[in-house]
Amino acid sequence: MFVAKINVTLKESVLDPQGQTVLRTLHDQGKGQIQDLRVGKYIEIKLKTSSLQEAETIAKEICESVLVNQVIETYKLVVEAQ
Amino acid sequence: MKVRVVTFPGSNCDKDVGSVLKDYFQAEVKYTWYKESFDDVPDLVVLPGGFSFGDYLRCGAMAKFSASMESVVQYANKGGKVLGVCNGFQILTESGLLPGALLHNRTLKYICKDVELVPVKENIFAKNFQSNLSIPIAHGEGAYFADGETLERLEKNGQVVFRYEENPNGSLHDIAGICNEKGNVLGMMPHPERAMNPFTGKMDGKQILEALLKN
Repeated sequence: MFVAKINVTLKESVLDPQGQTVLRTLHDQGKGQIQDLRVGKYIEIKLKTSSLQEAETIAKEICESVLVNQVIETYKLVVEAQ
Repeated sequence: MKVRVVTFPGSNCDKDVGSVLKDYFQAEVKYTWYKESFDDVPDLVVLPGGFSFGDYLRCGAMAKFSASMESVVQYANKGGKVLGVCNGFQILTESGLLPGALLHNRTLKYICKDVELVPVKENIFAKNFQSNLSIPIAHGEGAYFADGETLERLEKNGQVVFRYEENPNGSLHDIAGICNEKGNVLGMMPHPERAMNPFTGKMDGKQILEALLKN
């Protein structure tokens, strides 16, 4: 069994109003050290495949066809044996 | 005139748009469940507003994998006329029939109010409008986004159909609606079907559907 851990965030060039709102709140609380903050989503997929390579290929295909809209989002994918 | 209105789980404006097309354009309206495919050639296919598949993951992201959308894409690629309103617009961008994407409103607030739309004279649908239109919007994720190159292409090809007079949601270039390059697929966030009943005192939506059907 393999597990694909996927982090999806808006591209740097896309305004993240949710992140900006959270950032403003933290600044209001005196956390001026925080330079930037972006809100994303985390998706975990369990895969039953014969190899890590196959799991990675399937997970990447799922990311690019379904989970991520590459017009506005970017993602980081890590696949691990479980 | 034959119209298909595609209903997804979570669509909630399908009956609204279907009934105004029946009442004001004498259209023969068929409601197509998302699991149904079709190969006939209606005069218009409408993707209505609502929250298809609960808007989970991204608005319109799940809808693009349905059997009905496969038929819609084939129909559109052959030049068939498609209108996507609100969630329908989001589905059109997710399925690649229109460029760009719809983001959360800049204010993060759900906005429900009448807005003033400016028809873009360079556009095939909008060229004959004589004045601005007052049409309601009701959305949380209606900020149109596309990269610089795509925006430039949309402007150059006259694909921007409507702009907001006062941008309510942070849409780039104040875009409220666009069409594809061939001019047969139109997507817009405002709801023309909600401005077509004399009892409400709002009739500007009728002009939009008339322009679409005549084009």
